[in-house]
Amino acid sequence: MPVFDLSQTPLRALNSALHGIEHGANDTLFEITNPRGSHAVAVGIDRPVNVEVHGSVGYYCAGMNDGGTVTIHGSAGPGIAENMMSGTVIVEGDASQYAGATGRGGLLVIKGNAASRCGISMKGIDIVVHGSIGHMSAFMGQSGHLVVLGDAGDALGDSLYEAKLFVRGQVKSLGADCIEKAMRLEHLEALAVLLEKAGVIGVKPDEFKRYGSARKLYNFHIDNAEAY
Amino acid sequence: MSDHNPRTPPRKSMTFDDNTLAEIRRAAATGIYDIRGGGTKRKVPHFDDLLFLGASISRYPLEGYRERCDTTVVLGTRFAKKPIELKIPITIAGMSFGALSGNAKEALGRGATLAGTSTTTGDGGMTDEERGHSEKLVYQYLPSRYGMNPTDLRRADAIEIVIGQGAKPGGGGMLLGQKISARVAQMRNLPQGIDQRSACRHPDWTGPDDLEIKILEIREITDWEKPIYVKVGGARPYYDTALAVKAGADVVVLDGMQGGTAATQDVFIENVGMPTLACLRPAVQALQDLGMHRKVQLVISGGIRCGADVAKALALGADAVSIGTAALVAIGDNDPRWEDEYRKLGTTAGAYDDWHEGRDPAGITTQDPILAQRLDPALAGRRLANYLKVMTLEAQTIARACGKSRLHNLEPEDLCALTMEAAAMAQVPLAGTNWYPGKNSF
Repeated sequence: MPVFDLSQTPLRALNSALHGIEHGANDTLFEITNPRGSHAVAVGIDRPVNVEVHGSVGYYCAGMNDGGTVTIHGSAGPGIAENMMSGTVIVEGDASQYAGATGRGGLLVIKGNAASRCGISMKGIDIVVHGSIGHMSAFMGQSGHLVVLGDAGDALGDSLYEAKLFVRGQVKSLGADCIEKAMRLEHLEALAVLLEKAGVIGVKPDEFKRYGSARKLYNFHIDNAEAY
Repeated sequence: MSDHNPRTPPRKSMTFDDNTLAEIRRAAATGIYDIRGGGTKRKVPHFDDLLFLGASISRYPLEGYRERCDTTVVLGTRFAKKPIELKIPITIAGMSFGALSGNAKEALGRGATLAGTSTTTGDGGMTDEERGHSEKLVYQYLPSRYGMNPTDLRRADAIEIVIGQGAKPGGGGMLLGQKISARVAQMRNLPQGIDQRSACRHPDWTGPDDLEIKILEIREITDWEKPIYVKVGGARPYYDTALAVKAGADVVVLDGMQGGTAATQDVFIENVGMPTLACLRPAVQALQDLGMHRKVQLVISGGIRCGADVAKALALGADAVSIGTAALVAIGDNDPRWEDEYRKLGTTAGAYDDWHEGRDPAGITTQDPILAQRLDPALAGRRLANYLKVMTLEAQTIARACGKSRLHNLEPEDLCALTMEAAAMAQVPLAGTNWYPGKNSF
């Protein structure tokens, strides 16, 4: 198992090794120690590798992950798993701003809290936050699911497209064109699957409320000018 | 008082001219601002306000058609392992599939490739046709991140982080529902037929310190192979250029207000941003102050039309230029052959700018498959290549007349200005003097 001590090894060596794995290789478990808030750790993974990060990371850890499983035994800085294509990213601690921004697929699990703009411009990613999320989360979210076991801050789902939001706690306020919607059977079933995949135990889907787009801003109309 | 007193002719207001009156009536009738494509239509100081001095007793010209004048340029020499080598210093600017038809994007790729230069994607991602027909393709990294993925990042030849564009510095984009076809919707992960908004700022970074980290991430994902451009609109060119350099850019792309857009409010296009001429010298100054001129390359765009514009831009310190509107005209946009159809749309060839409506008779700014078929991408690509070659020959002609064996040897000293404004902006002497406003703190 390759071990990269980032207090001794340059970031370039780590990412280069992750990009250089051959198809069918056996050595697909990587361990990273002493990340000390480094930026761009384990970015651009394009193979089904497992990466264990022992410590907290800076910006954009696991950025554009495509098929890898990255676990951060610590907290994550801004943009964790930004633009993820597929795979799984797990943050054992808290996550800063823009968690899962523009993600197109895969699963992001944050076991602590996430700061503002969690899931901004999400395009298919599934995000499960065990704690609470900050303001402007899921702004312009296009598709995918954002599941929050705690509370959501101001302006949740502002200018939302088709992303589906599930919040178990309180929502401080909803953003423009975001409304509470009925929780139908299909949503309960999808939520149950997501909770299981995210390792959530003892929480039932019917404890959540669903939020989505009212679709009133999908085509510009002057009578909606105060909402723009 | 006599009935035969002379009458003054009807006099219209300069303030409330015909265009202004028409816009007030249009706004009153519709309740919505005017959206259109293109860049500013107002007259602003431009390269037309500069002249080359040419050779004389103190300057030795080169023989046209005999003595070589090099036109090549390499972009991305600062950090990238694989800089882009271009045969000519004229590139094709970013324009999206969505705003343009697939055939139009293919034509731009074909034309650029024939001429030995690069073309650029746009908001909405990279299409296989575009990649396949473009020998050198710059992949835009935009705030919307529509279609963004690591596979396309790696198959690009360079990456352009778009922070702004000259037609609308500080503004996002809007692709109206009538152009959101099934394919465009699928690429952008949006429902078909809705108005698609492009964000005005990036979702996961704020400010120059963050930008530095974002560039690091993209370099790491692409193994430091690709040149990374940073594109800014003409707002604060000195500081934006300096900050882009500080953030680690290989290339700065600077777009003045004559640069076009697919669709934006007319009031934005006409009232925000600075003319291209006013942007260039402050950007060059920033590079020189940092000791990075010619190390970080500068690409200027916005209203570049001919070889003289290219030569003037290079003389003022740019490494290359980029063209968008002119390239569309070269492949057939606003062509008088479609005049009957332009008239049906209430406009005329040369003035058609409702690109957002998707009814372009030339088949360029549309997603209508029947209209799009009107553009033959091979023929249109050939036309673009011809145009690029003419521009290059024109620039070479001027450079030789100034005694330069390389286009990039042109310098401000080769120029004079026709107006005080142009002299001040370009910092070259007013014709017939050795002075420009601001020189010697005067």
